[in-house]
Amino acid sequence: MGTNPINAGDTAWVLTSAALVLAMTAPGLALFYGGMARRKNVLSILMQCFMCLAIVSVLWVVYGYSLAFGKGSGFLEPYIGGLQWFMLKGVSISAPNPDYGATVPHQAYMIFQCMFAVITPALVVGSFAERVKFPAFVLFTVLWLTFVYCPIAHMVWSTDGLAGHTWGALDFAGGTVVHMNAGMAGLITALYLGRRVGTNKPGMHNVPFVMIGASLLWFGWFGFNAGSAVAANGLATSAFVVTNTATAAAAISWALMEWVLAGKPTMVGAASGAVAGLVAITPASGFVDVGGSLWIGFLVSVFCYIMVAYVKPKFGYDDTLDAFGVHFTGGLWGALATGLFAVKAINPNGSGFFDGNPGQLLTQAKAALLTAVWCGVGTWIICLVVDKTIGMRATQEDEVSGLDLSQHHERAYTILD
Amino acid sequence: MKLVIAIIQPYRLDEVKKELYAAQVNLITVSEVLGHGRQVGVDEFYRGVKETGNLLRKVRLEIAVNEDFVEPTVKAIIKGARTGKIGDGKIFIMDLPRCIRIRTGEEGSKAIG
Repeated sequence: MGTNPINAGDTAWVLTSAALVLAMTAPGLALFYGGMARRKNVLSILMQCFMCLAIVSVLWVVYGYSLAFGKGSGFLEPYIGGLQWFMLKGVSISAPNPDYGATVPHQAYMIFQCMFAVITPALVVGSFAERVKFPAFVLFTVLWLTFVYCPIAHMVWSTDGLAGHTWGALDFAGGTVVHMNAGMAGLITALYLGRRVGTNKPGMHNVPFVMIGASLLWFGWFGFNAGSAVAANGLATSAFVVTNTATAAAAISWALMEWVLAGKPTMVGAASGAVAGLVAITPASGFVDVGGSLWIGFLVSVFCYIMVAYVKPKFGYDDTLDAFGVHFTGGLWGALATGLFAVKAINPNGSGFFDGNPGQLLTQAKAALLTAVWCGVGTWIICLVVDKTIGMRATQEDEVSGLDLSQHHERAYTILD
Repeated sequence: MKLVIAIIQPYRLDEVKKELYAAQVNLITVSEVLGHGRQVGVDEFYRGVKETGNLLRKVRLEIAVNEDFVEPTVKAIIKGARTGKIGDGKIFIMDLPRCIRIRTGEEGSKAIG
């Protein structure tokens, strides 16, 4: 009688987590961003998030998963995988891959990772919002997934990746791969495209949407972080708990900062704080304990608030919905904080500065730098390619009329009926 | 005293306000309305998706002015709202017999501000 390596509890949790992470993109992020935009552009935001889900889902099963997690060959091995798993050939529905979820079917791990690949380009939408043509968004997403996301995912998470395997960087659920990556891409696109016509601030047309979106993000993020344990066990539980704790601390912290510095705590501020906390705890979620998570949460809002309220206005870049201010900054803090607060007691694979392993902090910084540089350069090249072929920015008249009408011939809200 | 009513394309509102402020016209009321002109909205497709049959979204401005401000106001609205395309809108000028400021009870030209 052979033992079946598949564990029902682990599989159920991983599949559930995949669905939770999907909900983070649609409707979570879609509403969070959509509510922050101007009314005339809300559908363009919803459409871009929704179509990220659709486009990346297809690309992922065709070649994305293979490039990100497949074993690379030759001198490219640490940077990108091969196409051995094209169309999921060799990716089993019944047997696990011992490196990627030893107790769940390989395709369960694959579909879980798919949702990470979906949300990362959707995050970038927040930076170039309200001024990009829809065909340009589609082309950008396809190129960015292929040449920026898949290599970075490979470098940090695959078994032969440069940052994760060779250097020993710790990123439990995607502080570098998802958040720093998306945030940096956001900054690059914002700088490349320039400011929107006539404004530099979010329109904030529907704050209830922002709250609903943030709440769905918080809810779904348990799949993002606790699901990254790829098992229904103590580590997943720990990740769940620290995720909630850090997020709560960050929401309080942002509200406090706003109260003291801007006069009143706002719903958008509290929601932004929560999201910042979720971002920061992401790489640390499987390595830190509750004490560490409180530090991470309370401090991320300080850093992100400063970026959003002081640095952005001073430099004047139009990162419309603060993907750089929140995701890059929060992701960077989270990646470095993992190097500070990781403790062996939580996860024997990770030990940080305060656990007697000061070198981890430097490793984290190296991985963060690699992500920022690869993403920065790659995104800039992709912007050039898209712009020189089909043009990236909408015409001024299209932008002023609103992208909903000009790009989609659609209106979000009616007046009479 | 006159009441200037203008129906304009919603996306020209920012430009119109800019021109009005530049002409020293600082008091304004803005509302969202539905409507169409002779072409029944046919040529405006991408600037106004139809709703309720064939009505398109517009913005209505109401500005009460003293006589010497009528022409500057009209010029400012036209400068901000004109694109040369069908659907630019219309301006109506109505006689305004009385105007009262609620806070102080002032009447007439003083109340118009």
